[in-house]
Amino acid sequence: MSLLEINNATLKFGGVVAVNDLSFSVEEGEVYAIVGPNGAGKSTAFNLISRFYEPFAGTFRFDGNNLLDLDADQVADLGIARTFQNIELFDHATVLQNLLVGRHRHRKTTLLEEMFFMPRVRREEERHRAAVEEVIDFLDLQPYRNKMIAGLPYGVRKVVELGRALASEPRLLLLDEPASGLSVEETQDMRWWIDDIRKQMGITVLMVEHDMGLVSGVSDRVLALADGAKLAEGTPAEVQADPAVIEAYLGAGAA
Amino acid sequence: MEICQKARKPGVTGQGTVLKERGEDNLEVLQLFVSGLANGCVYGLIALGFVLIYKATEAVNFAQGDFMMVGAFVSLGLTNAGYMDLPFWIAAPLTITIMAVFGYLIDLFVLRHLFGQSQTAVVILTIAMGFVLRFVAGLIWGHEPQTLESPLALGDLHIGGVVLGMADVAIIVVTFLMTWFLYQFFQRTKLGLAMQAASQNQMAAYFMGIPVKRVQGLIWGLSGATAAVAGILFASKGAIDPNAGLLGIKAFAAAVIGGFGSLPGALAGGLIVGVIEPFAARYLAAGYSQIAPYALLLAVLVFRPHGLFSQVRVKKV
Amino acid sequence: MRIHFKTTYNDDIRLFPDRWTFMVYAALLVLAFALPYLIGEFYLGEVTNVLIWAIAGLGLMLLTGQTGQASLGHAAFLAIGCYANTILIEQGVPFIVAFPLAGIITGLVGVLIAIPVLRLHGIYLAIATIALSVLADDIIVLTEPWSGGVSGKFPEMITIFGLEIERWSMPSRFYYLVLVVTIICTLFYRNLLRSPLGRAFAAVRDSEVSATAMGVHIARTKGKAFGLSCMITGWAGALMGYYAGTFNNETFSLVISITLLMMIVIGGLGTIHGAFFGAVVVAFLPQGLSILKDGVFGSGVAIPGLETGVFGVILILFILFEPMGIYGRWLKIRIWFELFPFARKDMFRRQKSYLKTERLR
Ligand SMILES: Nc1ncnc2c1ncn2[C@@H]1O[C@H](COP(=O)(O)OP(=O)(O)OP(=O)(O)O)[C@@H](O)[C@H]1O
Ligand SMILES: [Mg+2]
Repeated sequence: MSLLEINNATLKFGGVVAVNDLSFSVEEGEVYAIVGPNGAGKSTAFNLISRFYEPFAGTFRFDGNNLLDLDADQVADLGIARTFQNIELFDHATVLQNLLVGRHRHRKTTLLEEMFFMPRVRREEERHRAAVEEVIDFLDLQPYRNKMIAGLPYGVRKVVELGRALASEPRLLLLDEPASGLSVEETQDMRWWIDDIRKQMGITVLMVEHDMGLVSGVSDRVLALADGAKLAEGTPAEVQADPAVIEAYLGAGAA
Repeated sequence: MEICQKARKPGVTGQGTVLKERGEDNLEVLQLFVSGLANGCVYGLIALGFVLIYKATEAVNFAQGDFMMVGAFVSLGLTNAGYMDLPFWIAAPLTITIMAVFGYLIDLFVLRHLFGQSQTAVVILTIAMGFVLRFVAGLIWGHEPQTLESPLALGDLHIGGVVLGMADVAIIVVTFLMTWFLYQFFQRTKLGLAMQAASQNQMAAYFMGIPVKRVQGLIWGLSGATAAVAGILFASKGAIDPNAGLLGIKAFAAAVIGGFGSLPGALAGGLIVGVIEPFAARYLAAGYSQIAPYALLLAVLVFRPHGLFSQVRVKKV
Repeated sequence: MRIHFKTTYNDDIRLFPDRWTFMVYAALLVLAFALPYLIGEFYLGEVTNVLIWAIAGLGLMLLTGQTGQASLGHAAFLAIGCYANTILIEQGVPFIVAFPLAGIITGLVGVLIAIPVLRLHGIYLAIATIALSVLADDIIVLTEPWSGGVSGKFPEMITIFGLEIERWSMPSRFYYLVLVVTIICTLFYRNLLRSPLGRAFAAVRDSEVSATAMGVHIARTKGKAFGLSCMITGWAGALMGYYAGTFNNETFSLVISITLLMMIVIGGLGTIHGAFFGAVVVAFLPQGLSILKDGVFGSGVAIPGLETGVFGVILILFILFEPMGIYGRWLKIRIWFELFPFARKDMFRRQKSYLKTERLR
């Protein structure tokens, strides 16, 4: 059974069909990429998985759980973490605090314990810190640990957002355009990280990306979307060679 | 803590429409309704000011009521015999111009520097502005209630058994015209559409070449002008003093009931609040009647959180 | 291999980041406890007033500064705390039980009110809370049999295990009571900040979508913030009742709500220090102004609205030029001295930013 299984998902915004009868599934341990021209419905597909949007139709299953039974905040508890296309960090908090919010789903202490900062809270905090510190090491974020997000450059913010998702120790990681706006070197780093995330941490990755170099470098399978519907699916090479895909990209480029 | 003067409860405004006790019940109801309508229009006009600014900048001007108060005093200062003694029909457009410029300047010197800060900052800033305006108006025009020597205030209109103050009729007519005009402006003109775009995504609008800051200034000018109209009409109807702007709280209720993003909604909300008041005062026990508009406000917020007249969609990520 | 880091975590998790800070606050605490022996009764009363406002400020700060929800109705919760405390004591509940209970009742009422109200975003919440503040007055009048209505109430003398405390006749005892409550509230606040809930508050404040994606339940978190905020505010309200000696429907007006909000902005949003700095301004501004006014115009000249007017101007200047409040300014001055002479002028320049909207389109 696949880790994530989406069948016949459909969502409309007014007259716009953002996602149109879309089906795909992501296997445990793979990197699965979604590509497509602007407005193809890639982010919308992510938002459906995150339960931000209510689909008109379709089934969404993650590891045997029906996602449609859950609220948006319960999705994280299953072990699904994500980043956002336009970076949604907590701007007036430090990098450390941002990553610690990633630990939210692992919290065990109650309001009363926290008000009195009981020993258990301290122990838990140390545990969270150890986990977060590992992420900081992994992503080379030490220089920024105690800096406010509001003052950080774009590239670092993207990494922090990735770090926050990793801090939650997810099983499935959704990355919405992890390399957009990054320099060539930063994109290269991102590529190593995605590789390591899969190989060392054993986390399944579902990502949306425009940079075909990155996509063919890291992903096992690629799904091409246009106007909310599936155009092609297969290995990066297969999808890039698909006439329908070439047509869609050229069409989008010409328009 | 001595800093607080007691907030004056803005009561039912003006008594332009005289209630006749001898009339039958139907007439009385009609009379209450019309007087409520006129009050409601004033709330509606202030609410229009809120909504204008909210639509275009996503900020809320908590000083809009005080803008109206300043507009009223400016028109009074220009018109009344004790002050400049200009003819009303010259003073009125002059007031509107002055207030438009005033709105623009407030944006230029104050709000523009808040560009990009949180809504809370704007809320607090405009509340503070209200304090300052009230204080300054008190210094200039004093704290005694004064009435505008307005040609609108003269005479009553008798229709059947119902007595309508001229001022009330003027208010109702002008308010509907204003709402229609502003609505058309936002729906039809390029500038109006640009203003909406500017609020929905400042960064995108900026990159699309919409001069976000200038548009914001124009909107503040427009809402200043709206406040001037409200002020002139309000002062024609009854006495004003520097605390008259606290009426703005009811206009909030109106704007919320109407749904904060909708101009016709603001007017409708104003009318609802205006009409409820005299009926509540007439038919409910003393302690309960002042509560009515706020209770309605809370009820709307609980059951239709985004107002009666607006539809809700989700933030795009 | 992580042993080496462990001490570092503790540095962050501890109440005070380093020894020096600890010493400073310890000294401050000693000073606070010695105060009744150092200054006269009048000034002790003023300091008590500052502390009470600071508690109320902490309450609102938790909601507005930490969770990003502006409330313009917190005077209503001051009122609930004050009336609940007084009524409980009149029913024979001892102070030591009634006072904590008053805060808890206020917190519960806050949560009840929060459930519908907190679904609202930004300004809607502000407006709903204004309505609350306006309604509180009328409701107190309507519930005359319990609340005393317009004629008001006089809180009874406090007794804690036989120890009597009264604001006028024994100001230093009352001061100590307020001081202890202040310390407890500050500790609660600080503890929350360094635990998951405090971070969830900040998450909700800065980005609701990504907070949700990280598993934070927005409404529940806001509800907790509202409840805790109201609890602390309720305690402040109870103390205000004792400080004023009498209160009625007009004591906790909308103006108090607004003053409270402005106070925390002037002090510095989102910081504990901010609540205290703001409280100093609010408590001493009226005196300062009246001294100034008497000096300029001679005594006896009344200028209505002067205090609120000046307060408004100060606030506008702060929002425009120092949005981080007095605490922000203080930090900058400190850094400037620490770096002297290497501080650069553009070091504190604000980032260019655009409106971030949570508005549903
Ligand atoms: N909240 C929303 N309200 C209305 N329309 C929306 C919303 N979110 C997305 N859409 C529309 O749905 C379509 C798909 O949008 P989506 O953001 O999923 O595209 P995308 O593939 O992520 O594009 P990009 O590469 O630009 O990120 C677009 O036409 C978009 O305008
Ligand atoms: Mg997208």
